[in-house]
Amino acid sequence: MIGLSHYLVVGAILFAVSMAGVFLNRKNMIILLMCIELMLLAVNINFIAFSHFLGDSAGQVFVFFILTVAAAESAIGLALLVALFRNRATINVADLDTLKG
Amino acid sequence: MSFVMPNFLPAVPEMFVLGMASVILLLDPFLSERARNVTYLLAQATLVVALLLTLALTGEGTVVTFSGTFVTDPLANLLKVSVYIATFAVFLYGKAYLQARNIYKGEFFVLALFAVLGMMVLISAHSLLTLYLGLELMSLALYAMVGFQRDNGVASEAAMKYFVLGAMASAMLLYGMSMVYGVTGSLDLSEIRTAISASSEYGVVLSFGLLFLLIGVAFKLGAVPFHMWIPDVYHGAPTAVVVFVSSAPKLAAFAMLMRLLVDGLGGLAEEWSSVLALLAVLSMALGNVVAIAQTNLKRLLAYSGISHIGFLLMGVVAANGSGYSSALFYSLTYLLMTLGGFGLILIMSRSGFEADQINDYRGLHSRNPWLALMVLMLFFSMAGVPPFLGFWAKLAVIQAVVQVDMVWLAIVAVVFSVIGAFYYLRVVKVAYFDAPEVDTPIAPPADQHWLLSANGLAVLALGLFPSWLMALCAAAIPG
Repeated sequence: MIGLSHYLVVGAILFAVSMAGVFLNRKNMIILLMCIELMLLAVNINFIAFSHFLGDSAGQVFVFFILTVAAAESAIGLALLVALFRNRATINVADLDTLKG
Repeated sequence: MSFVMPNFLPAVPEMFVLGMASVILLLDPFLSERARNVTYLLAQATLVVALLLTLALTGEGTVVTFSGTFVTDPLANLLKVSVYIATFAVFLYGKAYLQARNIYKGEFFVLALFAVLGMMVLISAHSLLTLYLGLELMSLALYAMVGFQRDNGVASEAAMKYFVLGAMASAMLLYGMSMVYGVTGSLDLSEIRTAISASSEYGVVLSFGLLFLLIGVAFKLGAVPFHMWIPDVYHGAPTAVVVFVSSAPKLAAFAMLMRLLVDGLGGLAEEWSSVLALLAVLSMALGNVVAIAQTNLKRLLAYSGISHIGFLLMGVVAANGSGYSSALFYSLTYLLMTLGGFGLILIMSRSGFEADQINDYRGLHSRNPWLALMVLMLFFSMAGVPPFLGFWAKLAVIQAVVQVDMVWLAIVAVVFSVIGAFYYLRVVKVAYFDAPEVDTPIAPPADQHWLLSANGLAVLALGLFPSWLMALCAAAIPG
């Protein structure tokens, strides 16, 4: 029997994987954006699991809002990426080092 | 299940700002370059009318509407009014800077208005859902504003860093929210409060949730160790955007802190107040020490802002009514000082000259004595020298922690504010006693000059008569 804790563990693993992706990836900015999406999806799994086991629909409504906001967020992220690529001709994470101190 | 019509009245200012932002968004593309002032004036008029609407609603007291997702209370009204005033000042300060750089565009004003709408929703949030939506509306508009000077590589880099870190912080906040929802079974902040106080055993899931929420809030405030974006964004973004990012969103972040931790998780005050104490000490230490090494004034103000956030958090650490009102007082003081600090950089800058190095202020006294006097007032206030407003703000938060027997925290705060005084005084010394590199007098546009004068004199006047603002803050915090 699959219970609440199984879903939570899947969510936690997804969240940890995407977090590790953000910190370990030094190459490609697009992978970074994918990791951020994955983080939000891990949260969605949590919300739906809780919502189902609590018998309360508010959590599922929240998930719809998160999906919408995630779409807006990736639109902004990709727009910034295009602006950055035009200025720098690179999307390498390690090259973003002009600002420091 | 029948649908009950919600009470729309408390949300009238939000609806007005939304409507006007949409109108300006649609109108702006049809305006010629020379008619851009119409956008500017409409944006300013929106803020003024929203201010009047909010003031008209102050008599209502605390009203919860939209099925318990939206609240107006004295705290919300005070913070919203401050956000309007700050944004009004940002537009006025930034106008000449934007014109000189050929980025005097409708996007700036529309994005800022949407960010203001996000802050208003965040300030009035009474449910995890509205809190998240307000936060995201504000953050997404801010990411776009930081990068909106499209041919500026440094600004694009700053925007990308801000975006990645901000999106991660939002995701962590959401993860925390999902855990709080799972434990308490509700998204409504007052129901969460009752659910937590009903059971003494909350378990490890809620503690984890609280930790993730704290990370999200600390990031939005810019407290150490989640401050990495602040110096880069302040340094890289156009100064007219920085003055906005550094001012009003901090108030909104403070509102988020109050709503989440006090309204929602007030029952866990013992747990979060020790974490916030740690964040406060780290912020004051790192902010004040690293600021000493800066030669760029924008970066210096960034680290000074981080240390101010540390002081602000001290008031919340006290976890009682007088502590919260001292933190509110500190945040309003910080707002005035950061507006003045970046407003000064905006006034000094010209086309092709950013005025963001401390050395650019050499001999300011001989070039424009009045501006030098404003530098003195603003930086003395930031350092916490009496009789300026910054002194009373620091005194209030220190009193708040002493009252709850956390004398060690008060001592740490005093030590770091003494260290911090060094770099503030250095700027004043550069402005007054160093020889100028060029002798040309500075003649800023009249409207900005008036605004900076008003800003500097407000720091002095409110410092001489602080009881009015303190009473306002105390009245905004119930209990």
